Amino acid sequence: MSEHGGVPGGGLVKGLAVTLKTMTRRSTTQQYPDVEPELPPRSRGVIALLEENCTVCMLCARECPDWCIYIDSHKEEVAVPGAARPRQRNVLDKFDIDFSLCMYCGICVEVCPFDALYWSPEFEYAEYDIKNLLHDKDHLGEWMATVPPPPAHDPLGDPSKEETTAARKAAGPSARPAPSGVRPDAATDPGGGAAS
Amino acid sequence: MPDWLELVLRVAGVLVAFLTLPLIVGQAEHKVMAHMQGRLGPMYAGGFHGWAQLVADGIKFVQKEDVTPRDADRPVFRLAPAVALVPYLLVLLVIPLGPGDLVAQPLDIGLFFVLAVVGVGVLAVLMSAWASANKYSLLGGLRGAAQLLGYELPLVLAAASVAMAAGTLSLPGIVEAWQPWWLLWQAPAMVIFFVAGLAEIRRPPFDMPVADSELVFGYMTEYTGLRFAFFLLAEYVGIVVIAALTTVLFLGGWQGPFADAQLGWLWTLLKVFAVAFVIIWLRVSYPRLREDQLQRLCWLVLVPLALAQLVLTAAVRLAL
Repeated sequence: MSEHGGVPGGGLVKGLAVTLKTMTRRSTTQQYPDVEPELPPRSRGVIALLEENCTVCMLCARECPDWCIYIDSHKEEVAVPGAARPRQRNVLDKFDIDFSLCMYCGICVEVCPFDALYWSPEFEYAEYDIKNLLHDKDHLGEWMATVPPPPAHDPLGDPSKEETTAARKAAGPSARPAPSGVRPDAATDPGGGAAS
Repeated sequence: MPDWLELVLRVAGVLVAFLTLPLIVGQAEHKVMAHMQGRLGPMYAGGFHGWAQLVADGIKFVQKEDVTPRDADRPVFRLAPAVALVPYLLVLLVIPLGPGDLVAQPLDIGLFFVLAVVGVGVLAVLMSAWASANKYSLLGGLRGAAQLLGYELPLVLAAASVAMAAGTLSLPGIVEAWQPWWLLWQAPAMVIFFVAGLAEIRRPPFDMPVADSELVFGYMTEYTGLRFAFFLLAEYVGIVVIAALTTVLFLGGWQGPFADAQLGWLWTLLKVFAVAFVIIWLRVSYPRLREDQLQRLCWLVLVPLALAQLVLTAAVRLAL
C-alpha cells in the first residue's frame, strides 16, 4: 500500500480527509425552482425589442446565422410643418424572433446600430407547443421590462468613444487628440487628426 | 410486572429499534454521502430537508409490482429476503443497550449466538442468487459466498480475542469487563472486526457481490417491490448491527465519561451512530475492491493479524 511513498496507508487517510473536508463545506447545489439562480451580468436569456428604436434597417435579420428574425414594414409619409416636403419613415409591422431556431449567438444585438435589441436574463419561457416560441414584437417588447441596466463602466478601462469625442469637441476644433498612448505616431501622422 | 408483559415490552422495544434505527442510518447515509460529494441530497420528501425520504421510498416499494421470474425457483426466491432480514432482527435481541438488564434477552453465549446468526446471512445471498435463474445473480451470489465465508474467519477470530480478554461470551459481561486501555490492547482486533463486518454486510468498498457497475445488482437483480426493499432494509439493519457489535465488543458499550447507570443507553446509541457514520464515510471515500484484492486482504492480512492478536491477547491475559 506504500507504493506512493510516505506512510503506509497514507493514501487511505488522505481519501477520508478529502470527503470529510467536502462535507464541512457548503454544497454548490442550486435549488433552482425554489431559489432563483444568481445569473452573471449579461446573461443571454431572451432577446428584448425596444420598438421605438427600430428603423427597420434589417441588419439583424440579415446577419442572423439561422435566419430566425422576420421583419415586415411599410413606409409612411410624415408631414413636418415648415419643411419643404413630407419626410418618409419606416414603420414596423412585424418583428418576430423564432426562439426555436435562435442559437443565442447575440449577433443581432451586437449589430443593431440603434440599440433596439437587448439581452434579457429571463429564461423561463418554455412552451408546450413549438409554435409558441415565435415571439412577436409585442411579446419581445414585454421582455424590455426585464432588461437589467448596463454594468457600470470599468474605472480602469479606456474612456468611452462618446466621452472622448465630446471632450475633443469642447476643447475646440484646433485641438489635437490627447496623446493617450493609443497611437504613438498620431502627432506626426498628417492624416491622423483628420481621420479621427 | 408480570413476565408476559415484560416480554412483550422487550420485544416491542427491539421491534421499534429494528424499524427506526436503520431508517435513521439510511437517512444519515443519504445526507452525509450527499454533502461529502458536494450535493444536498433529498430535500423535498417530508418538507424539512427531505427527512421522510425513506418513508416515501418505502411507500413506493409497496406499490410496485412483485415480479417473480418464470424460471425462478419460486419458494426459495420468495423466502430469500426474509432470510436476509430476520437474522439481524435476532441479533438486535441480544445487544445490550445499557447496564442493569437493559437488553431484550441476555444470553450467556450472546457472542456465540450473534456470530452464528449473522452467518445465516450468507444463506440468503446464496438462496437469492441461485433461485433467481439469472447469470448476474449467480455471479454475484458466488462472489458473495466466497466473500462471506472468507471474512467470517477474521470476524470470529477478532471477536474471540475480545471474548478471551473478558473471559466471557455474554455481551453484557464483555461490556462490564471492558476497560478504556482495551482500546489500545484490542485495537487491531477492533479494526479487523470492523473491516470484516463491513465485508459481511457487503458494504462498499466490499460490495463486489453487488457491484452494480458490472453485475447489474448482483444477487438482487431480479427482485422488485417489497422484496427488494427487504434486501435494502437488511443492508441498513446490517450497518446498525455491525456498528452495535463494534460498540459493544470494542468501544465499551454503555461505558461513558459519566453517569453510566442512567445514561448508559445514550452512550451506546452515540457510539453506534458514530461507528455507523464511519461506515458511511468509508463508503463515500473508497473505490470498490477487486475480487482478488478482496480475498487477498482477507486471507493474507486480516486472518494473520487476527491470529497475532489472539496470541497477544492470550499473552497479556496470562501475564495479568
